[in-house]
Amino acid sequence: MSFFLSVNGTPHDVALPEEVPLLWVLRDELGLTGTKYGCGIGACGACTVHINGEARRACQVALGDVDGPVTTIEGLGTPENPAIIQRAWLASQVPQCGYCQSGQIMQAASLLARNPNPDDAEIDDAMAGNLCRCGTYKQIRAAIHEAARLMREG
Amino acid sequence: MGRIARYTRRTFLVGTAALAGGVAFGIWEKLRVLPNPLKPEEGAATLNPYLIVGADGITVIAPRAEMGQGVQSTLAALVAEELDMDPVSLTVLHGPPAQVYYNGALLSGHATYRDTATPGLFEAAADALSEIMPKALSLQVTGGSTSMVDGFEKMRIAGAAARETLKRAGAARLGVGVDALQTRDGAVVAPDGRKLSYGALAGEAAALDLPKSVELRPQSAWKYLGRDTPRADTLAKSTGTARFGADMRLPGMRFATVRICPRLGAGMVSFDASAAEAMPGVEKVLDLGDGIAVVATNTWLAMQAAEAVEIVWEEAPYPPTTEALERDIAAALDGKANTVFRESGDVAAALGSGEVVRAEYRVPYLAHATMEPMNATAWLRDGALDIWCGVQAPLLARDRAAKVAGLKAGDVTVHVPFLGGGFGRRTEPDAAVLAARVAVQMPGVPVKVMWSREEDMTHDFYRPGAVARMAGVVRDGRAEAFDAHIAAPSVSRQSTARIVGFAPPGPDKLHLDGAIDQPYGIANKRISGYLADVAVPVGFWRSVAASFNGFFHESFIDELAHAAGADPLRFRLDLIAPVHAPSAQVLETVARMSDWANKPPGVGRGVAFTWSFGTAVAEVIEVRDSPDGIRLTNAWIACDVGTALNPRNIRTQMQGALIYGLSAAMGGEITFDGGEVEQANFPDYDALRMNTAPRIEVEVLQNNVRMGGVGEPGTPPSMPALANALFDLTGKRARVLPLSRSFDFAL
Repeated sequence: MSFFLSVNGTPHDVALPEEVPLLWVLRDELGLTGTKYGCGIGACGACTVHINGEARRACQVALGDVDGPVTTIEGLGTPENPAIIQRAWLASQVPQCGYCQSGQIMQAASLLARNPNPDDAEIDDAMAGNLCRCGTYKQIRAAIHEAARLMREG
Repeated sequence: MGRIARYTRRTFLVGTAALAGGVAFGIWEKLRVLPNPLKPEEGAATLNPYLIVGADGITVIAPRAEMGQGVQSTLAALVAEELDMDPVSLTVLHGPPAQVYYNGALLSGHATYRDTATPGLFEAAADALSEIMPKALSLQVTGGSTSMVDGFEKMRIAGAAARETLKRAGAARLGVGVDALQTRDGAVVAPDGRKLSYGALAGEAAALDLPKSVELRPQSAWKYLGRDTPRADTLAKSTGTARFGADMRLPGMRFATVRICPRLGAGMVSFDASAAEAMPGVEKVLDLGDGIAVVATNTWLAMQAAEAVEIVWEEAPYPPTTEALERDIAAALDGKANTVFRESGDVAAALGSGEVVRAEYRVPYLAHATMEPMNATAWLRDGALDIWCGVQAPLLARDRAAKVAGLKAGDVTVHVPFLGGGFGRRTEPDAAVLAARVAVQMPGVPVKVMWSREEDMTHDFYRPGAVARMAGVVRDGRAEAFDAHIAAPSVSRQSTARIVGFAPPGPDKLHLDGAIDQPYGIANKRISGYLADVAVPVGFWRSVAASFNGFFHESFIDELAHAAGADPLRFRLDLIAPVHAPSAQVLETVARMSDWANKPPGVGRGVAFTWSFGTAVAEVIEVRDSPDGIRLTNAWIACDVGTALNPRNIRTQMQGALIYGLSAAMGGEITFDGGEVEQANFPDYDALRMNTAPRIEVEVLQNNVRMGGVGEPGTPPSMPALANALFDLTGKRARVLPLSRSFDFAL
């Protein structure tokens, strides 16, 4: 059986069993390795992507249940043309090992889409599901504030 | 980096940096004694093992694992400083593993705080020997917080030697004396303004002999070092384009996973793969002897099939429960001590002379839990094996993989991408070796072997559980006697046995790091180490033995302070100040940062100090009760690294090391039942999240004489500082970790 997927604006036909999680479709089938595997049970947030603009754990969404266009970190911006939030990540020099940061950025981007000016408590609440073993939380929080500022200034 | 690189680039005028009176550094030892493994492409040249000069720019080989600590960026900045180039303009690579990249500081045993003492004959001999061993054993290892100590001279010499050679090539071409030339932004510049790029001179420079010695830029002339220079990997890591081991793609590559015996070190009695073999996407189920591998068209399909293999496992070669393991570790205290460091005085007499304070502490086994689960990709073709794996010891991985593949070491190439966290876990070559074993059964086919999180957490080389019995005497507000007896399985013996095949006899100093060599002036002080012979695999966990000894030492110092009726910070300062001024200064700094003297009402505060990896660190943790449980509200860190090459990076390492330690102290424990680890995934072994981590401030001091490490020293004091804060808040002294056993934390 084949499933239709729209990822970062590109259509794909994917011939895999319907229960294969979106994470492993993105990584192994489509070669979009920016989305990371951390736990496989929705406990760490490393695989966060957007479906219909909403942050979802790609390891918890079966291929057959993907009900809208998917955006991954690669669709947010590129090294040549990073998105505002990625520029904020650069300005705050957020990443250490970097493995969780795709998920952190996708989660933060979805927060900012809903709430363009979050306070610390709202940021902490929205980001609590995204684990970082390097402990970059302070820089992530600063980068989200910086991204909000950049977005306000257009 | 392209355009985006320029937006963070600073411009500096190079000016006429005065070099008069500089120190000459010999080149031969550092750059020419071992073969240069670099083979540049046509049109580029290598001037030494750390540098490739091409027409399109300069590539620096930073031969240490980039696992988040920013090591490659700072190593490159050391070269850039001497080349008079902005580090942002360089390409930075790990490069091919090779003997020349040995870590000369790895076995130096870390600088003691006794910097002013004249080294004796023994110390001088030990120092010399400590550099010989890593070279002889080809120990290209990222660990022990040693990368900057090792690279500080080497990398600058590499840059300076290249600069001087390029200038000589430029002098010949421009018809100008070498002394009249300057270097600026990747070019040799003549007094009349004519310039030649390094790239244009590469070929001619490569044909010249290296200078015999060079003068390095004095610290006062540094333009990039000592500043918050941006890291080289930030853009890639913010756009999902950084390549980790898990991201490897090769033509025709298969996706595999493994299930290895959960009773660590044991094997497999039998297995039945018939159900698994019939599952979608499955190509093969491989017998690995101590487990199975499933090779499939998709990682998840491989993981599903691996779960469906029915396996009968052998019994564990160690006591099967946590209770039995703890009993064996504690029993070591009743046996003969491996090491007794009589640091000062007569402890036995002092303990007989007053009321003795006694305490017993216990800490659990811990997992590393790197964000990127263990993995490696291996490809065996035409008698050669290529392995892509994030490892902290690539030559060890190469040699061990060659052995299992029946190849010569020279036929195996290890490629080191970014590491999604290391914390010591990736010093072990096991993931690379496992992939090699799979590749041997899949000749010609590249296979990525991705462990599940569960496999990763249950097959670690754990931080060992440990037990300490402490006794002390206080008099007139000061500690008079301090006696520590510390038992744990030996990380150094087990790891050495794994690497060279036998456990070294004799005193195990590493086992007591974080307890011995603490700059406390206590008149009667003795530290005794006991090694428990337990076969659970243990390994290097961020700060190694200092991770438990720091907790024992600083919890007990706190108990002594309270027994003495003294303020815990003042008590420490009074003992440390006469011994080591830089250590006293970090305590004074953290007192100022936290406004220690004016504690707000309703909070608990704890302080701890640990000297480890050549760096003094003092931390204050603040906790507060809330309707949801106890919250960690604030943390302050003061550290002294001697010379701060990138202060921002040091601050974030200290912050991360604190969070790593607090995560373990609050809730981290690995327990065993039936010989198997009971924690499998993050819900069982979680860490601080953004909403549970304290607000953290860090100050970096540079008073110490020698350069210290950065990646690990922030971890040891975090755990006792939290336990001491909880005591301050509640009056309850927790002597067993994790603290979640004794306190309710807000989650």
